[in-house]
Amino acid sequence: MIEVSRISKSFTNKPVLKDISIIFEKGKANLIIGQSGSGKTVLMKCMVGLHEVDEGKIMYDERLFSDKTSAETGSNGINRQSIRRDIGMMFQGGALFDSKTVEENVIFPLSMFTNMSEEEKLDRANVCLNRVNLENANDLYPAELSGGMQKRVAIARAISMKPKYLFCDEPNSGLDPKTAIVIDNLIHEITHEFDITTIINTHDMNSLMEIGDKIVFIHKGEKWWEGTNKAILSSDNEELNEFIFAAKYLKALKK
Amino acid sequence: MELFYHLGRYYLMLKLVFKRPEKWSIYFSQIVKEIDSIGISSIGIVAILSVFMGAVICIQTAFGVDGAAWMPLYAVGFTARESIILEFSPTIISLILAGKVGSHISSELGTMRVTEQIDALEIMGVNSAGYLIFPKIIAAIFIFPFLIIMSMALGLFGGWFIGVSTGAVTSYEYIYGIQYDFHPFNVAYALIKTVFFAFIIISVSAYCGYYTKGGALEVGKSSTKAVVYSSIAVLLVNLLLTQLILG
Repeated sequence: MIEVSRISKSFTNKPVLKDISIIFEKGKANLIIGQSGSGKTVLMKCMVGLHEVDEGKIMYDERLFSDKTSAETGSNGINRQSIRRDIGMMFQGGALFDSKTVEENVIFPLSMFTNMSEEEKLDRANVCLNRVNLENANDLYPAELSGGMQKRVAIARAISMKPKYLFCDEPNSGLDPKTAIVIDNLIHEITHEFDITTIINTHDMNSLMEIGDKIVFIHKGEKWWEGTNKAILSSDNEELNEFIFAAKYLKALKK
Repeated sequence: MELFYHLGRYYLMLKLVFKRPEKWSIYFSQIVKEIDSIGISSIGIVAILSVFMGAVICIQTAFGVDGAAWMPLYAVGFTARESIILEFSPTIISLILAGKVGSHISSELGTMRVTEQIDALEIMGVNSAGYLIFPKIIAAIFIFPFLIIMSMALGLFGGWFIGVSTGAVTSYEYIYGIQYDFHPFNVAYALIKTVFFAFIIISVSAYCGYYTKGGALEVGKSSTKAVVYSSIAVLLVNLLLTQLILG
């Protein structure tokens, strides 16, 4: 479980996140949705420590990751490095290391943080690559892969260290609808299979309905709505409905 | 004011670079890769430049000596040696490497930054500055002196070859000139400068690339900045070290 308490973040005096509190549940695919520029990516980057929050507190299963609730608490008791070893992240563009092959990309965190033998690392890499249905791609470089394959390698790399928390930043961007569903299902299956707390940043409606165990709607830097994919259809929240049912035919369907 | 901001951030980056590595074996293998990428791949350009510059220095000196009857012919070898060892090989070749290696490092790190590869390292818990920059600095400090020694040898050879083949100087006079009043300390002075230049070129270029913000356009700008700033820094340190060591 990840608990975000009253976090705020500004860039050059422009507030991007305003007093946001959310609990992301374990073993569920937690979706953050919202329009472009609503603050979804900033929220995710604050949660993994790529941005420092101005105010608020972030806890990973009772472990303090960030605390700006008061001047006195400072950074006492924060051990980010140990929490980070439990985090896997899939970036929007994959963020695979260009100079390394698929296999080397997946093995990299294992080489850096474990004392596994070469054979064990290779076995683990193959398990992860097989899990994302990528056999026989070990020796290819990221530039030789399609967008969908790059995303799958990114998932394989993210799960290689058996993370407790998985972050996915727009996993479907740039993919065709069919491949997007494959990636969605993969993330959903992995979440349940390994009982991971998964946070997915998306504005893909298919993802929302297919895998959204819990959905948080961010609007203008604020948490506007929170619920399940079933509840979203019957919600009377005006901004949420405008976002979800943006197309005319969907609006008609809703009515 | 902006200068102090960059100096402060450069210092903070260096603090991260020299933090204790997560795993020495990984860093060691990176150092070996960087020696190949930074040093071995530069052998060709360094060799070509050195031979031609040595040849040009020889022709120019021979032209001057020819017009001054009071100057002995071995002055051609002597002048070529002094020019090549004291300034051409350590400084000019370092400036060339600032262009080749500096732009490569800056664009590599800049691309990694804008494609979120550096963020990916950070989230894994890797000290990205240490992992990416430390091996490059160590590799350059190790391999640059070898490149400069090679440059000195090839520069002197280029001078001899063109001098003898054009008849501007005899082989005996040239070699006598090279050996005349030789101070081995001059080579040490050149290599001391080279080590400083290696550190400056890599760290300044890495700084420009590591903090790139934006997209492809900014990566290009960072690359240009890396060459300009590291070249200026090399020239300033060259002046400072020359005054300190020889002044």
